[in-house]
Amino acid sequence: MFPGASVLLEVLLVEDNPGDIRLIVETLKEGRKDYNINVVKDGEEAVNYLLKRENYKTAVTPDIILLDLKLPRKDGIEVLKEIKGDDSLKSIPVIVLTSSNSAEDIANAYKNHANCYITKPIDLDKFVVTIQSIEDFWFTIIKTSKNK
Amino acid sequence: MDMTITGTDRVEILLVEDNPADVRLIRETFKDFKVANNLSVARDGMEAMAMLKKTGEYASAEKPDVILLDLNLPRKNGFEVLEELRQDPDLKRIPVVILSTSDSEKDIMKSYDLHANCFVTKPVGLDEFIKIVMSIENFWLAIVKLPPA
Repeated sequence: MFPGASVLLEVLLVEDNPGDIRLIVETLKEGRKDYNINVVKDGEEAVNYLLKRENYKTAVTPDIILLDLKLPRKDGIEVLKEIKGDDSLKSIPVIVLTSSNSAEDIANAYKNHANCYITKPIDLDKFVVTIQSIEDFWFTIIKTSKNK
Repeated sequence: MDMTITGTDRVEILLVEDNPADVRLIRETFKDFKVANNLSVARDGMEAMAMLKKTGEYASAEKPDVILLDLNLPRKNGFEVLEELRQDPDLKRIPVVILSTSDSEKDIMKSYDLHANCFVTKPVGLDEFIKIVMSIENFWLAIVKLPPA
């Protein structure tokens, strides 16, 4: 990655499963654009990263966040609430990407202003197609704010 | 796909758009899509709110699963519609895709601050426009889990 190159889309991936991290990062790396992907593995780390606390004083505010729900220390819904309740963070799109398919989790995510909710497919090929769809839609078509 | 929508198995879409050419193009593109859907159109912000709140002649209107919302609208603009929607306990979870000619930082920020789910700028070229409408329908109708009805 090229530090300081502001044209790079900054992606924050909040995910604790190493297999999923690897698959998502690899798929995005082979994608159409260059991304700077930062990974944090629990909800506390995610909030520290976004608020630039502790080890993350020089962190770059992401353009988009991929957020798992089942996370150690602080779950995804709590992280979502903190993001959407913070004036300087709430305009960052949050894509919930989780293994859960429960109506309760889906409703709860939208209630707390998740920008969209996606269930991780179990099948590997479908998982890759899903990541590519996120890339096509959110990283190519959608306008995100550049006003950080 | 295993999307569950109460009452029917098709996705209800509300398009809030005053430009007849855009309405026609979006309608045609959605008609050919692999996921069954029903597109209703509101031509201004007041009509959109009447349909969403099922007032007057819209008493039997279907609650949409997804809303495509233009910003520059007669009578009541897109921001006002979005703000009212997000304050209504019954409507606040419905995903709203902003589809506007605007590309301004101010409009993008304001839309996300009012909890739009995403912001798409309408391209000027026809082919580009169709491509973008197809991306919206693929993403929101085939990939995303919509809130339970």
